[in-house]
Amino acid sequence: MAVQTARRAEKLPGGRVNLAGRGSALGDRAFQGIAFAFAASILVLIVTIFVVLFVDARVALAQEGLRFITGQVWNPNESIFGALPYIYGTIFTSLIGLLIATPIAVGASLYIVEYAPNWLRAPISFIVELLAVIPSVIYGFWGLAVLAPFLRDRVERPLKAALGDVPVLNALVEGPARGRDMFVAGVILSIMILPTIMSVAREVISTVPGTQREGMLALGATKWEMIKGAVLPYARGGIVGAAILGLGRAIGETMAVTMLIGNSSTKISWSLLTPGYTMASAIANQFADANSAVHFSAIIGVAVVLLFVTGAVNLVARLIVSRFGGDTRATGI
Amino acid sequence: MGLMTLLLAFTFVLTACGGGATPTTGGTTSSAAPSAAPSTAASTAPSAAPSTVASAAPSTAASAAPSTAAGGSATRTTAPATTTSAAGGTSSTATRAVATATRTGSATAVGTAGSANATPNTSINITGPFSGEANTLNGAGATFPQVLYSKWFDEYSKVTNVKVNYQGTGSGAGKNAIRDQTVDFAGSDSPMSDAELAAAQAKCGDTIQHIPTTLGAIVVSYNLPNVSQKLKMDGDVIAGIFLEQIKKWNDPKIAALNPGVNLPNEDIITVHRSDSSGTTDNFTSYLTAVSQAWANGPKSGSTVQWPGGIGASGNPGVANEIKNNPYAIGYVELAFAKQNNLSYADVKNSAGQFVTANAASVTAAGQSAAERAPADLRFKLVNAPGAQSYPITAITWILVCPKQTDQAKAVALTRMLWWATHSGQQFAEGLDYSPLPPAIVVRAEAFINNITVNGQKAFPGR
Repeated sequence: MAVQTARRAEKLPGGRVNLAGRGSALGDRAFQGIAFAFAASILVLIVTIFVVLFVDARVALAQEGLRFITGQVWNPNESIFGALPYIYGTIFTSLIGLLIATPIAVGASLYIVEYAPNWLRAPISFIVELLAVIPSVIYGFWGLAVLAPFLRDRVERPLKAALGDVPVLNALVEGPARGRDMFVAGVILSIMILPTIMSVAREVISTVPGTQREGMLALGATKWEMIKGAVLPYARGGIVGAAILGLGRAIGETMAVTMLIGNSSTKISWSLLTPGYTMASAIANQFADANSAVHFSAIIGVAVVLLFVTGAVNLVARLIVSRFGGDTRATGI
Repeated sequence: MGLMTLLLAFTFVLTACGGGATPTTGGTTSSAAPSAAPSTAASTAPSAAPSTVASAAPSTAASAAPSTAAGGSATRTTAPATTTSAAGGTSSTATRAVATATRTGSATAVGTAGSANATPNTSINITGPFSGEANTLNGAGATFPQVLYSKWFDEYSKVTNVKVNYQGTGSGAGKNAIRDQTVDFAGSDSPMSDAELAAAQAKCGDTIQHIPTTLGAIVVSYNLPNVSQKLKMDGDVIAGIFLEQIKKWNDPKIAALNPGVNLPNEDIITVHRSDSSGTTDNFTSYLTAVSQAWANGPKSGSTVQWPGGIGASGNPGVANEIKNNPYAIGYVELAFAKQNNLSYADVKNSAGQFVTANAASVTAAGQSAAERAPADLRFKLVNAPGAQSYPITAITWILVCPKQTDQAKAVALTRMLWWATHSGQQFAEGLDYSPLPPAIVVRAEAFINNITVNGQKAFPGR
């Protein structure tokens, strides 16, 4: 107490506190401790999640072994749990989403940074970022009411008519056009991950040094040549990182996908028209229904796989983005 | 920092994973004990029991009617018997033995003896509130009877001021909820298997009772724009469609049953349940009974391996998908088809007649219920005999624990059950369900009277 009173007296004129002598103050130590506890609690939380999931998943993982991720049959009635169809569904829909979203995100970012007049930049960015705050269930509902019928009648049916008799490519459109399949789920994912990819892509494109652009233009390049020769190569790493971040979001997305993917069929096929499950939608669908301990454990097992995949994807994305970001700062803008 | 945390977490998990993977150390076994103990018991039971028992129950129900295989009874008696000893249940062994006897003896002793001439007790009527009863009851499960239940619980609250909440979560989730005792009662139209009953013993302390509430039809409903005639279908065609062997609406097999109907050259989009469902259980039991291809393929169960198609949650979900997708076909309870203005096919029954699903044809199918029902009333009504019987008829139950612990809840629950199985039956036909056959109501009365609360009879008798 005595120390604190003494410290309090050290206030300088103008109400400022003399910070120099406070390094070992009791309050400061306490605050450091509290802050550390908060930081540690996050670590503890993550570790606990992993541990609990592993403990719960062990029954199924022990029963199935490696077959849990390579087996193509998921049949709770006979206690066979191979999650490959769900893994395939996750990868297939996420890749469709990524293939659609990345070019759009990069194109829109280029427009905002390189072409758009100043007054238009903020509104466009704002609207795109608005996409990120729309709740997943609303995407799902809109997908059911608007997107799925549209894609079924205007895209899937014509596509099936066009490719149905073409060898090799007809595998892409095998099965009826249902409007509840990998393709529709992929399209809704592409819309949902667009803001994620775009905000990062815009950031890395705008950090391309102005000197690079000016150099190209000084050599007589057109604007497109400048973008192709100076901006894109420079931003490539960051754009890849942005895309992988988007992939991470797509992999874990649950509600909208569950509403649109068809929740069916354990077939693994190249067809865009396959109704299926992603890992997340399988968990959401079967969680309440699991009536044996092994089935429940197997669903937790899917969660473990999902956690690993999203974790790994995010890790890779962050590594790429951070490395790229570091480089630009090093070159100095 | 975030990166570091992630990295740290990953390294930790990797090491933890390595430690966990080298099992049977002291730590792992002890930590496994709480989760492993129930799970091994449950896991041996489900893998052994439900596959034999669950399939035995429907198949007897389905096949017993056309031909009572005397040779089959021997194998069937042994199968459940092993299950009981494996599960180690003592108090329920007797009940199961009786059930087994009834099933194997198929309509000999217990089935017909007391029930054929019995009439329900009409002297007890629930006409008003009862002092000391709980004012809310919570239930969850089957969506199949949800239309009727909504009406019931609305009417019932007017009679007694007891508010009954019912969530249509699907039969599978309902069975889990009663097992975990998170609800006062569950709805299901898939009977609990012996293994499920054994698992539910832990929290309830006794065998969960199946109290029948109503009969309904599962209709094969479709969305065919520009086709106004009612289609006719038989078991082979329905199985072929859901096996995705019949892929187009103008397939010769469908056309052969529907001369004069202009069937479109369009892909058939099948819709089925994505959740664990009693409707699925009954529908697939029917297909197993009538189609060899189905019996060799997906078989019957609350969830089966569908060869394709859209999965949707609950009867309302399936009805919605059919409604929203031209050229779709699916199976729903009759009331849901009617509510959504969906067309549904006439189905060929075991007597070779094409029958429209309605209260009359379901009641006709229910005639055989008394002969079919085992002592514990876990049975299925599909493919019932009789020229007027609709073949995909299902019975639905309210599942309750007969050993209640809360006096007020127990009184409210038993009164509600009595009202539902008696006065409530009058609402069935108006909503396209069928009232229970009297012989079944009599047996339900015995179940309700047997519910105890802390050792005393729970039903106050008025």
